[in-house]
Amino acid sequence: MEVQLIKIEKRNDVSRSIYFLTPVLAIFLTLFGGGIIFYILGFNPIEALKFFFITPISDLYGLSELLVKATPLCLIAIGLSFCFKSNNWNIGAEGQLIFGGIVGGGVALLFYNHDGFYVLPVIILSGAIGGMLFAMIPAILKTYFNTNEILVSLMLVYVAKLLLDYLVVGPWSNPEGFNFPETRQFSESARMPILFEGLRIHAGIFITLITVFLSWLILYKTYLGFQIKVSGLSLKTAKYAGYKGKTMIIIVFMISGACAGLAGVGEITGPIGQLHRNISPDYGFTAIIVAFLGRLNPVGIIFASLIVALTYLGAETAQIFLQVPKYTGQVFQGMILFFLLGSDYLLFFKIKFLGLKKNEL
Amino acid sequence: MYKLFLKSLISVLFLLGLSINANAEFKVGFVYVGPTGDHGWTYQHHEGRNAVEALGIKTTYVESVPEGADAERVIRQLAQSGHDLIFTTSFGYMDPTNKVAKDFPNVKFEHATGYKREHSNVSTYSARFYEGRTLLGHMAGKMTKTNTIGYIASFPIPEVIRGINAMTLAAQKVNPDIKTKIVWVFTWYDPGKESEAAQALIDQGADIIMQHTDSTAPVQVAEKAGVWSFGQASDMQRFAPKSILTSIIDDWAPYYVERSIAARDGTWKQQDTWHGLKEGMVAMAPYNSAMGSDLIKEVEQLQKDLASGKVHSFTGPIYDQKGNILVAEGAVADDGMLAGMNVYVKGVEGDIPQ
Repeated sequence: MEVQLIKIEKRNDVSRSIYFLTPVLAIFLTLFGGGIIFYILGFNPIEALKFFFITPISDLYGLSELLVKATPLCLIAIGLSFCFKSNNWNIGAEGQLIFGGIVGGGVALLFYNHDGFYVLPVIILSGAIGGMLFAMIPAILKTYFNTNEILVSLMLVYVAKLLLDYLVVGPWSNPEGFNFPETRQFSESARMPILFEGLRIHAGIFITLITVFLSWLILYKTYLGFQIKVSGLSLKTAKYAGYKGKTMIIIVFMISGACAGLAGVGEITGPIGQLHRNISPDYGFTAIIVAFLGRLNPVGIIFASLIVALTYLGAETAQIFLQVPKYTGQVFQGMILFFLLGSDYLLFFKIKFLGLKKNEL
Repeated sequence: MYKLFLKSLISVLFLLGLSINANAEFKVGFVYVGPTGDHGWTYQHHEGRNAVEALGIKTTYVESVPEGADAERVIRQLAQSGHDLIFTTSFGYMDPTNKVAKDFPNVKFEHATGYKREHSNVSTYSARFYEGRTLLGHMAGKMTKTNTIGYIASFPIPEVIRGINAMTLAAQKVNPDIKTKIVWVFTWYDPGKESEAAQALIDQGADIIMQHTDSTAPVQVAEKAGVWSFGQASDMQRFAPKSILTSIIDDWAPYYVERSIAARDGTWKQQDTWHGLKEGMVAMAPYNSAMGSDLIKEVEQLQKDLASGKVHSFTGPIYDQKGNILVAEGAVADDGMLAGMNVYVKGVEGDIPQ
């Protein structure tokens, strides 16, 4: 019997422009794959794709919703990029988002019926600190007790979720709310200012843009950014160069947690306006896709968050207009990641066919 | 020439846009919290939608809409895309529904299980599920050998507490030694948690399993353990053919049909609906013959009496756990008391989580 032998070799010269173009390729492949899926499901693929990717953003309201949806994704993904770049696998952004929401929401309830310009900034700050502290748990356990940060950060998501459940069912539930699992609606002073009357886009977008700029500054213009980059490329080199690894690990987790906490507090003071059990439709996990689709680059992440946000909106419009099952949105997100990882593999490795050989077994 | 072309293109597009907006076909939209295939809550709302569709009225649904920031957008999109009547079928849509209703005064909104009607185009509706619980209590009281009823409860809201109380009162009437044990799972749908809760209750001696959650897991656990159970929201008989005595069925179809026709014909008015066995919003699945024909006859009679109003689920004397009187002898609890119910009646074990 003859078999085809394959050898996989690492490529040495990967062009930078192609590196940033592969996400675009992945998106096109997803569109193509999505079209095929729509066709198999019995829909006109062009029409379905139009309802999926164009209709949702064909008016001002749609554009504003796109930004509302992309804001938390972008924030979290920016934070995660610090961790991922330095080889720290923070999978628990969802928990940090929820914990930030809990702390920010608690402060908002404390300021119930208080007026004053200081209320909102205090809430936002406390949310960021909440997320930051929550992210420090896996960081400290990793640095001082050698635990696996993937497991610890992931398990803490459930801790945060259950804590939120407990608070909204019990001590923080709305006294006039018939025991329903939700808090009071926050006072106006605790809500993100709306930018345009009638739209939901709120001041949280400025926080996101400032965060993007600051993270670009830190990653590319500071010594810390350089340390993060070197540690990501080679931990041994980083150690050899004498970098203080432990401090850096804790700092990247703190940045990442603070960003997730900001996203949480932005949701509850923005479109939601109260605490209840579903403050996040798994933004913390989806942001992992966003971070990698954006190549862990601040500008890339902006585009990636818009595209992933669009898959959510598209799934809704496609269901409203064509009754396409809503889960196609998740299928699209999965396909984008699949095609990205697939093309990455071919980008960094080449497959050599060594010809047919006699099977010696 | 070029400019003229551009101008005419714009005007054509504009007219096209107008004609889409002016499309006067009557449409009804539905927002679901779960997938249409959950065999519980959402499944039954979807059945109601099918009944509306069968009238020749065009309907649209969006499933698995999270009760967070996304709900408002979905409801608004339905309103914007020409739907004239929109049913939002979960409690968590209460505030978003009212918010969107404010901006679309010509669109009618119907919110299930909520209590806020902030604008004249918002109605609320719910079902008197507790009437079904009374029937379950009667059967449970007669069928139990251990005198222990296991109850899987979701959230400590009045609706759930009302069900626990109605069931316990009815069971006590036929079997004074009855005890109700409760496990709170704090979820509406989580097969894993629900089956653990069912197992825990069986281990504590319950030989009747009842649920106020939506998955079929508890009845399947009961089937395996050889104890009796009751289905929730839809007829779950095929998931536990031996164990299930009956299921409480939420039948939204008549209401959805009535309200859709009213909205189409321009007779829709704001209201707060609370229908039960009488109107058919609460229905019972066929009774398991294992109960024996005598008991089945009794239950069928009780069902008729509840529907006609001859019997009320909450007839005094009713005492709370400490023995204080809640409803005087001969009196009947009014809807206001039922709507805000937040204490257990005597015979229920444990405390309401606060």
